Amino acid sequence: MQFFLEVLIGGLLSGVLYSLVALGFVLIFKASGVFNFAQGAMVFFAALTFVGFTEVLPGWTGLEAGGTAVFWLAFVLALASMVVLGIATEKIVLRPLVNQPPITLFMATIGLTYLVEGIAQGIWGANVRGLDLGIEDVPIEYMLEQHNILISTFDLFAALLAGLLVGSLALFFQYTKVGRALRAVADDHQAALSIGIPLQHIWAIVWGVAGFVALVAGLIWGARNGVQFALTFTALKALPVLILGGFTSVPGAIVGGLIIGASEKLAEVYVGPFVGGGIESWFPYVLALLFLLVRPEGLFGERHIDRV
Amino acid sequence: MSTESVSDGPSATPYLTINNIEVIYDHVILVLKGVSMSVPKGGIVALLGANGAGKSTTLKSISNLLRAERGDVTKGSIEFKGARVDQMTPNDLVKRGVVQVMEGRHCFGHLTIEENLLTGAYTRRASRSDIRNSLDLVYNYFPRLRERRGSQAGYTSGGEQQMCAIGRAIMANPEMVLLDEPSMGLAPQIVEEIFEIVKDLNAKEQVSFLLAEQNTMVALRYADFGYILENGRIVMEGEAKELADNEDVKEFYLGLSGEGRKSFREVKHYRRRKRWLS
Repeated sequence: MQFFLEVLIGGLLSGVLYSLVALGFVLIFKASGVFNFAQGAMVFFAALTFVGFTEVLPGWTGLEAGGTAVFWLAFVLALASMVVLGIATEKIVLRPLVNQPPITLFMATIGLTYLVEGIAQGIWGANVRGLDLGIEDVPIEYMLEQHNILISTFDLFAALLAGLLVGSLALFFQYTKVGRALRAVADDHQAALSIGIPLQHIWAIVWGVAGFVALVAGLIWGARNGVQFALTFTALKALPVLILGGFTSVPGAIVGGLIIGASEKLAEVYVGPFVGGGIESWFPYVLALLFLLVRPEGLFGERHIDRV
Repeated sequence: MSTESVSDGPSATPYLTINNIEVIYDHVILVLKGVSMSVPKGGIVALLGANGAGKSTTLKSISNLLRAERGDVTKGSIEFKGARVDQMTPNDLVKRGVVQVMEGRHCFGHLTIEENLLTGAYTRRASRSDIRNSLDLVYNYFPRLRERRGSQAGYTSGGEQQMCAIGRAIMANPEMVLLDEPSMGLAPQIVEEIFEIVKDLNAKEQVSFLLAEQNTMVALRYADFGYILENGRIVMEGEAKELADNEDVKEFYLGLSGEGRKSFREVKHYRRRKRWLS
């Protein structure tokens, strides 16, 4: 039982990280109808930019390497780069394609993926680096002693951070004027335009926010697995999350992430031994496939409202 | 061809004037071939005509929604309160007080009725209580919306959606509303109800209306002035009452002629032979 709980909690905590990446997809898809394939590349770009700045900043400014000042300065600079990247993408790549079919936009974001990956590596180099957020990956002593369950402090911290981010985004969407406008744009571009909502303004905000989410995801993933090219592939795990949770739902991204995280770990431990192990990497996709058969719009996806 | 003179609306000062505009879609399809018209302050003007005559295009060229559909005003000008508005963004135009209610209602289906209304106030820099007051105002004109305020707009009836769309436009605190085909797909009773409210808004809130309608009979009953559009040209204009009494209008749009109702077959046949322009 303890072992089960340990696996479950570990799975849920890593699931939160999937949610974080999925969230970036959802934000952009919801507001502009673009499935941004480049979200994974943006996560990679964010992490690499952050690490890059922490490396060069001490040399430029004379601040102590690894200190808090460098950390926050690098964070702010990386955030600025992400927002600029997001807005530039919207202006340069997507705006000329307004009114084109979704598949065209999708293709454009695939191209963008390579561009963003290339630019990131061109500027900062392609070697694997570590990223230290200053939180040690040790088990929580209390849980270990009292209940004999192993929970990583880092995972817990990451989950809390992600939870906080998701919660504030959900509030932003639900209760603010801009959030409402974002949802309105997601529903009907033309109608939004007709009541004077400036679409390009809204899209710039969305891409900026998606850049911010990518940065947070990149930092956490980077700290966990190292900042390397493989980061772009972890972002692909967000796809089954989206299929489970629904492409247009922020809560869906969270719940989907939790389900995927928990089920892949549990499957690995309990089903894996019978089929030779290593099923963690593909199990989510199978789950997603099954889900598509049963409930194609996802758990929380907006069902198509048709008047009959 | 008509000129931009309006005979006598409620006031004679130029308010919304359209001077000889030409609209081309996709660089090749000529839809409006020199349309001129004007709406006086505080008036209700009806723009009538059959399918494809160019009613919606005229409204969209005023509200600048054309560009989103690859249309372009290539000639002529549009002025609102003395300033050119044809190159403005829809956002600027809404801030100046001109809002369009699109054909087919276009409510935000996944937002509640109240959220729909609130988005209408997006361009306003108003305090919370001002917005609240506007909301109450809209609810007073459309009591049905108050009842349905918490339902997702996509699940409400067609009439409620039309009310929601008009209410949403009113939330922007407009001076002028461009109303495209408000009667589309609605029961006659609901159409009457909506037109009554439009008339009320016009009288009490001093909102001017330009409405595009196929439902000629109802539109002329509520409007002060009417234009008839055919094939991208204005073929007739006049006081709503005169138009309603005009024999040609009766025949073309109401299917009536001197000797009363004709059979559908005859009307169709006759229509094909006789047109104002061809």
